[in-house]
Amino acid sequence: MNSMRKEVAHLVRSLHRVVARSGPMSVMEVCGTHTVALFRSGVKAFLPEGLRLISGPGCPVCVTAQGYIDAAIALARRGDLTVATYGDMVRVPGREGSLEQLRAEGASVLVVYSVRDALRHAAANPDREVVFLAVGFETTAPATAAAVLEAESLGLSNFSVLSGHKRVMPAVEALLSAGDVPLEGFLLPGHVAVITGVEEFLPVAERFGKPAVVAGFEPEQMLRGLLRLAEGVAAHRPSVVNVYGVAVSRGGNTVARAHMERVFEPVDVEWRALGVIPQGGLGLRERWARFDAARRHRLAFGEDYDPPGCRCGEVIQGKAEPADCPHFARGCTPRRPIGPCMVSSEGTCAAWYKYGRDFRRLPPPALAAT
Amino acid sequence: MAPSGSFPAGEEDVRIVLAHGGGGELTKALVERHILPRLSNPLLTPLTDAAVLPDPGGPVCFSTDSFVVQPLEFPGGDIGRLAVCGTVNDVAVMGADVLGLSLALVLEEGLPLATLDRILDSVAAACCEAGVPVVTGDTKVVERRRGDGMILTTAGVGRRRKGVELAPGAIRAGDRILVSGGLAEHGLAVLSAREGLGFETDLRSDAAPLNGLIRALLDSGPGLRFLRDPTRGGLAGLLADVSEETGLGVEIEEEALPLSAAARGACEMLGLDPLAVANEGKLVAVAAPEAASRLLAACRAHPLGSRAALVGVFTGADRPLVELLTRSGGRRIVQRPYGEDLPRIC
Repeated sequence: MNSMRKEVAHLVRSLHRVVARSGPMSVMEVCGTHTVALFRSGVKAFLPEGLRLISGPGCPVCVTAQGYIDAAIALARRGDLTVATYGDMVRVPGREGSLEQLRAEGASVLVVYSVRDALRHAAANPDREVVFLAVGFETTAPATAAAVLEAESLGLSNFSVLSGHKRVMPAVEALLSAGDVPLEGFLLPGHVAVITGVEEFLPVAERFGKPAVVAGFEPEQMLRGLLRLAEGVAAHRPSVVNVYGVAVSRGGNTVARAHMERVFEPVDVEWRALGVIPQGGLGLRERWARFDAARRHRLAFGEDYDPPGCRCGEVIQGKAEPADCPHFARGCTPRRPIGPCMVSSEGTCAAWYKYGRDFRRLPPPALAAT
Repeated sequence: MAPSGSFPAGEEDVRIVLAHGGGGELTKALVERHILPRLSNPLLTPLTDAAVLPDPGGPVCFSTDSFVVQPLEFPGGDIGRLAVCGTVNDVAVMGADVLGLSLALVLEEGLPLATLDRILDSVAAACCEAGVPVVTGDTKVVERRRGDGMILTTAGVGRRRKGVELAPGAIRAGDRILVSGGLAEHGLAVLSAREGLGFETDLRSDAAPLNGLIRALLDSGPGLRFLRDPTRGGLAGLLADVSEETGLGVEIEEEALPLSAAARGACEMLGLDPLAVANEGKLVAVAAPEAASRLLAACRAHPLGSRAALVGVFTGADRPLVELLTRSGGRRIVQRPYGEDLPRIC
């Protein structure tokens, strides 16, 4: 018996005890990485029935408004530039197909693992403009900022980014302010907090009076986070607790934040289904306008909309579960996604499709002796 | 014969030109200077329209596969090695001794002859490792941008061993599942070599001919029910298929899965499931319970099976799902992968 199993068993027992004593509760795991890790590690099967986990708006592709997707597709359609993107984005359907379809028709769409690869491609092909689709939260924004700074120091004039970067905390605030989903606590992503620091999330407790816990992605880390969260909910104790340990400091990663703050400024931005969230995005500062694809090409993002019949908008707000959508696992599958929540591996619908469809057929796992 | 007008004189000594596939002088030169010196053997060298193989004296297993991979060369292998190993393995997992291969080359105009030479050297080396000759072949040339550098097709014939019938139908509840070594290494090595992906790793493709290892398992005694190599779709795809074909459930232990630290790390970084990543030199064997430890020992005694492990068991027909017991003691369902996994953003 390994020590992780013992630790997990211990945490699971405690969690069951807390939830049994306090009664049912609903908490949100904000980040898609947690959604997937809970399923993939098998931890989901251990959770007490009374603990309802609602998946939040923390999958970068899923919260990217349709207007951005259409603008990116329009760029790729022009033919005189290369659109570089993370893999998740290529299958998101827009009004006129997806980047993947455009690529099949011969458009120049380059899938990269990091913004550095896009930068390198631009440096190696000085005659062709490369536009990087910069999406993601505070986890990827510092790398985009560093690439912009490097592009400047290399004197590159053929590299720009279309910023779709988002900030996690304003979205949490928007959900809490809307108040139409009963959320009693938040499981917050450790990797975002590593950058922003715990400080960023204090308003959850101070302004909205809810408990929140910053946790990592290993099974015992997630369980410890959920246990502390359940205790906080049970005791009506609003506080922001960090169980991710030394990786998260109060003020976060100062170097990454400095990069981010030098290149970006918080801007009001449209999120899929959530509307315009004040300060919910990151736009390039005026000083870096020449690296801003939106300014260079005078792009305007059109209105947000859900693909017909798609309920991704409700799913990312926790108002619907994937199985509530009539398309789920029928018309909408990872191979032929209708909405973005089925495209990204971290999307709630993709996670449920991959791990959750037969989930209720599993026998409850046996707990290790402690 | 198609003209090679767009090339300056002498180009045909450096790169493939359309005339290399025209059936004339250049085709003859290509075969005589580049192919035969590397692959010659008594069955191929007469260059008759078809090879004549001796009477196999038993049921014949016959398989074919086409190979397209980008880049053509990657850490631990190349398209030539893949083309030999892929087909040798497909024939060998039927419980057959592999007798010979065909090799069809579709070359793209402009392909450097030096690249072709390296890949043919690699074909020859893999054939030598497998102890299987190329007995017949063909060469065609397609225009620029119509051929991805090169496309290879191999076919293989083998003679099934007497009394050996490996099939999903032979699998029973309680049978054990053996994996011959570290998972996901081929798929990750190819990804790492793809231009622009820029993640660095020491991982090398595991592409290898498995007929020797399979021979060792069959020689060790009875109790082998089924063999397959977990290529595209990885172990997840293979087990989902076999569960469906047998109507039996499968339970595998995450902790028992052979997975190198490098492969685990690369998968975590890229957001890929190691169970769904391709292998080209690994074997999944289903063993009767009483034969499992003997077959494991036989596997570990072979150089290609030193990291072999028993990873799971076939359960009953009441729940025909593939389940993974996770390291933390939890459970999850393993689905058949639905295509190429996309690397995630954060």
